[in-house]
Amino acid sequence: MSIIKSLFGRRRQGSGATAKNRLRFVLQHDRIHLPPERMEEMKREILAVIAKYLVVDQDRVEIDLEQRDRRQSKLVAEVPFSGQQPAASASDARLPAMSTDSAENP
Amino acid sequence: MESEGNSQGGARVITVSSGKGGVGKTTATANLGISLASLGNRVAVIDADIGLRNLDIIMGLENRIVYDLVDVVEGRSKLRQAMIKHKKFDDLFLIPAAQTRDKMAVSPEDMTRVTEELREDFDYILIDSPAGIERGFRNALEPADEVLIVTNPEVSAVRDADRIVGLIEAAEKGPGRLIINRLKTDLVRKGEMLSSDDVYDILGLAIIGIIPEDEAVLSASNSGIPVALNMNSQAGMAFSHVARRIMGEDVPFMNLDGNPGIFRRLMRLFDGR
Ligand SMILES: Nc1ncnc2c1ncn2[C@@H]1O[C@H](COP(=O)(O)OP(=O)(O)OP(=O)(O)O)[C@@H](O)[C@H]1O
Ligand SMILES: [Mg+2]
Repeated sequence: MSIIKSLFGRRRQGSGATAKNRLRFVLQHDRIHLPPERMEEMKREILAVIAKYLVVDQDRVEIDLEQRDRRQSKLVAEVPFSGQQPAASASDARLPAMSTDSAENP
Repeated sequence: MESEGNSQGGARVITVSSGKGGVGKTTATANLGISLASLGNRVAVIDADIGLRNLDIIMGLENRIVYDLVDVVEGRSKLRQAMIKHKKFDDLFLIPAAQTRDKMAVSPEDMTRVTEELREDFDYILIDSPAGIERGFRNALEPADEVLIVTNPEVSAVRDADRIVGLIEAAEKGPGRLIINRLKTDLVRKGEMLSSDDVYDILGLAIIGIIPEDEAVLSASNSGIPVALNMNSQAGMAFSHVARRIMGEDVPFMNLDGNPGIFRRLMRLFDGR
């Protein structure tokens, strides 16, 4: 099957494939009005919070934006960790109170 | 303001828009007007690109203009007086844009009034939208029952199309259908251009037409005889297919992507799709 596929399947090595990938990326961010840099900032913040409580395996972290269509986006995170952060008392790691009602897609 | 007239009897109002400029809105509007008329429909085409009038020239009617859309809106002429009958089709009329004014001379409400006045006498009213997302686009969008979005298989054009789709949906005129214009078969085959499938994957919009790059479009704009009148041209043929799809006919797509149809179908089999 895979031989047939590789023989006759669409060869997507050209700049057309690059165009498609670049478009996918840019539209993801256009649609949620969150530019890539801000997105990275958000990911870092999320991880920093988790790292207060758990020992995160930073190299295997994956946080991605998934988009089913123009209206529905979701953030999918895989955050492997190896245990609890030693002695991180809940008192000094407490977060400032936040009032965001998880506005997923404004 | 009133968003009445969702084709309750009378003409269907179809706006041709794009976001990015120069992708083929005017070409599409002219050719769909011609095609729909040649299929026996009563058609009015409105040039909403105030200040950059072009539809008249593409349709070969530029030397017949006396009054324009702004004259109508500002009461200097009756709507009927501004309508120019096509040389070849008795039931095809153009309402030209003003060349010397700007977009603010017409409001969305004006557009609704004009189309409401036309509705009962026509089957289709096509509106050629200007590029961009400002007033001119708002004018063209307001009276629309349906929006056709023209794009080229090219990164910036597709990005702008997506932006327009968002605005069309926000105005509850969505989702709209897509015309992919200027597809270059040989480049797609080599993987050097987005295919219609790629554009579909990205935008998630129904495709109503795929128009190939065709030199005949240039000669048509030189002569003022749109390609839809020339069935030897691939683009002309493709536009007439779009017209039939607008009328609800199920017309198969020409194989323009150069994706070998048989292999593709085979792949689907193997994939169990
Ligand atoms: N299928 C095609 N093959 C070859 N040339 C084309 C095709 N479609 C459009 N063109 C050319 O592209 C140019 C732009 O077309 P057109 O004026 O229709 O675009 P537009 O979207 O109306 O532009 P604007 O945003 O300025 O109103 C024209 O020179 C036209 O001849
Ligand atoms: Mg134009």
